[in-house]
Amino acid sequence: MDEAGPVEDPALRIVLTVNGRSRTLAVPPQRTLLEALRDDLGLIGTKSCCLVGECGACSVHLDGRIVDSCLVLAVEADGAEVSTVEGLAEGGSLSPLQRQFLERGASQCGYCTPGQLMAAADLLERIPRPTRSDVEEGLSGNLCRCGCYYQITDAVLAAAEEIAG
Amino acid sequence: MSGWIGTPAPRGGGAARVTGTQRYLGDIHPADALHAKLVTLDCARARVLSVDPSAALRVPGVRLVMTAAELPQPVPRFGPQFADRPVLAVGETRFHGEPVAAVAAESLDAAEEAATLVRVDCEPLPAVTSVAAALAPGAPLVQDPDLRPGDPLARTNILREHHFGWGDVGSAAADLIVEGTYSFPMVTHFAIEPHGFMAAPDGDGIVIWSTIQHAYWLQREMARLLGMPLARVRVLAPDPGGGFGGKQHAKYEPLVALMALRVGRPVRLILTLEETFQAVRRNAATSRIRTGFRRDGTITFRDLEIDYLIGAYADIADRTVSKGGYSSSGPYRIPAARVVARSILSHTPPSTAFRGFGAPEPNLAVEASMNEAARRLGIDPIELRLRNLPRRGESFIPGDTPADGDWAETVRRAARLAAWDSPLPPGRGRGVALGMKSGPTTGHSYATVRLLADGSAVLYSGTSDMGQGARTVFAQMAAEELGVPVDRISVVMGDTAMVPYDQQTSASRSTVLMGNAVLGACRQIQAQVRSMAARVHGVDEAAIVVDRGVVHLPGRDVAIPEVLGPGLGPLGGEIIGNGESRHEVVAGHPLGGLAAFFEFNCTVVEVEVDEGTGEIAVLRHVTVSDVGRAINPMQVAGQDEGAAIQGLGHTLMEHYIFDESGRIENLGAIDYRIPTSMDLPADMRSAVVENGDGPGPYGSKGMSEGALIPVGPAVVEAVRDAIGVEIRELPLTPERVWRAISERREEIAAADRSALTGGGA
Repeated sequence: MDEAGPVEDPALRIVLTVNGRSRTLAVPPQRTLLEALRDDLGLIGTKSCCLVGECGACSVHLDGRIVDSCLVLAVEADGAEVSTVEGLAEGGSLSPLQRQFLERGASQCGYCTPGQLMAAADLLERIPRPTRSDVEEGLSGNLCRCGCYYQITDAVLAAAEEIAG
Repeated sequence: MSGWIGTPAPRGGGAARVTGTQRYLGDIHPADALHAKLVTLDCARARVLSVDPSAALRVPGVRLVMTAAELPQPVPRFGPQFADRPVLAVGETRFHGEPVAAVAAESLDAAEEAATLVRVDCEPLPAVTSVAAALAPGAPLVQDPDLRPGDPLARTNILREHHFGWGDVGSAAADLIVEGTYSFPMVTHFAIEPHGFMAAPDGDGIVIWSTIQHAYWLQREMARLLGMPLARVRVLAPDPGGGFGGKQHAKYEPLVALMALRVGRPVRLILTLEETFQAVRRNAATSRIRTGFRRDGTITFRDLEIDYLIGAYADIADRTVSKGGYSSSGPYRIPAARVVARSILSHTPPSTAFRGFGAPEPNLAVEASMNEAARRLGIDPIELRLRNLPRRGESFIPGDTPADGDWAETVRRAARLAAWDSPLPPGRGRGVALGMKSGPTTGHSYATVRLLADGSAVLYSGTSDMGQGARTVFAQMAAEELGVPVDRISVVMGDTAMVPYDQQTSASRSTVLMGNAVLGACRQIQAQVRSMAARVHGVDEAAIVVDRGVVHLPGRDVAIPEVLGPGLGPLGGEIIGNGESRHEVVAGHPLGGLAAFFEFNCTVVEVEVDEGTGEIAVLRHVTVSDVGRAINPMQVAGQDEGAAIQGLGHTLMEHYIFDESGRIENLGAIDYRIPTSMDLPADMRSAVVENGDGPGPYGSKGMSEGALIPVGPAVVEAVRDAIGVEIRELPLTPERVWRAISERREEIAAADRSALTGGGA
């Protein structure tokens, strides 16, 4: 009577590069990239909230594009490069964005912070010297209920300054 | 080493938050945990005829389908004010989203699939979702009168009716009486972290994980519910990813605990955002107000009737009603006041604490009335308020804490920052409003600090850090007192097996009440250091003073850590300090105790209205709060601006929409909008008044709610100033504003036509 465990849909084998490291996973077809990152790879920095692509908490980079990982199937990331908040700090030291977030009070409860950071990193890739309205528009898909939007924008502008030298 | 107070010390836990290593509840996976899913109906109210779990039980991996019939009988009920909420719906569902069963399975996929297969035979029933419907003759009763024995209101949908006031409103004379009815919308907290609950059997006890703000309250409630001693109930409450009051009290902890005990394994329930919307919301409210004024602007009386629409179960809502109602007449010198505040039950999700705790709802009516009075009396709205504000030390709610700040200074500062007297171009408008809220009325907090042998320290506190930054300010206080840099202090929270008792994290209390406990713990350490210094240096203890991290010996000063090494000696060890802070119950007081402090805020906004679309652009938003002392100015600004932006949410865009059956039509992030980075005032200025006159450490007061309270009426007035129409119902959506403009135009056109035709009959 007692089966060994849940019967899963047949797993598909995918290979992806996550934060520079090659990972092989067996995932059922309906598994999202968000679930694969959090549950299969233990990369809990990517957060789960609305699951409909509206809040931005699960933002990651997929082949250099910002995506809501709740809307991407894990199998779609087969062969792709994925970066998450865990990949931002290099060699154990915080990136300029991370440091500026801390210095400018841009993280309160912190739950939206990983998504904000990934959206900000994407923005600075595309627009290295953004204006204030570039930042507000670029991060408008990332909700912050603590309401530290001004501090987030200040942090992104300061990081841009720092990176550009 | 001191000098930490008033500095933007780095956020405690900040590095974990920016690197993605912070462990929120959903990031914790107890080994062998089952995943749970709620079984709900697609309507608010239905009679449940039968629940058949057989198909669900056939889904591979399903281990349990918990139904009301499977629970202990009678089904246990819980709640912070009344134990009225059943673990699962009994007999009928009373709000959209109330679970009738829950599934636990090896995977979330299996649980979700099985939840759709639980067959519920039910008969939909009419639901009441508004004050008018709930009070209509013959309205269906939301709660079973048998649950309210001896309650004269048991056969109505009025849960409680609170009466407050002083003086004789009826006989008060007035040159002008301003009256109106104002509506506050039903809004939800929308913490970005959805609520989550886990439980695991632990020997002869239980461990419960929750996103809850009040870990110790939950421990007490669960011990009662499960018949276990407190010592066998361990609550783990990781830092919530936003709380705003929504995470104060139990929601589905009793359910997961009973499920975990039934299956003998951990059970994990993480709500979706949609389910979170169905779990927590703020009261909606309708406020009817009459205020009398003398020609010089002096208030002679205020008469308020506030109908708060609470949900199907009380949660803490009735307390928000009594507390919000109690001080609803505002921060004014009023000779006669009468307040009737009613908690009205409805077939809607239970309303609960939400930043402002019952104050923003009537504040809309009070402050809009002040603006109308200013207009009709020909007195500047700032001046009108200054004429009626109590001075520091002056009693304004008879029998309660007197005004505890230089409130006029706050108002003047806001007026200056907003360039109040400068003219505005056409199409723009400006509005001011005050916000006032009573702080905690009772409190009890303990803190423990361990000063370790290497001069670092660990601080234990039952406060919950949900973003307000409690970890940071407590570390700053300990750093100041012990001379230990904040980066050498760890703050432990969120585990009832580790941290000493704390009543709760609410009412912007923690900097003050827990802060005083932290200070007490540090003082105990200082006293021990003093004895130690006397011994080490061979000096009479009476000749030594230990203060702010420094040991003042006769003729020289040394840092505390320098005394520690020789003082502890070769065996090492540590110095432990315990602190306690109490804010006592006052027998006979309508709220159970006096306000520990008041939050006081003045907000001025400037708007531009697009008359073609009804869209409001907030061009400037000035918020000034009296904080006593800003322990961490960066965090204070973050809380103040965050509260202001949250206030813009309920003012401009947020509200639940119900269909006729009581089903919520706009669940989730697509259809319920909160402010984004594109919805911000172009110019936000947050400032503080610091006179060191608060009851907390270094003269601090609580401050995290004040800036939310007056946003609604300030924007209402600014919009009226811009378009000439006062809209008395929030939110001021483009449609609502556009309709108001259109109606106004039609009225003007009709008046013109009437004038042309000679004034009509």
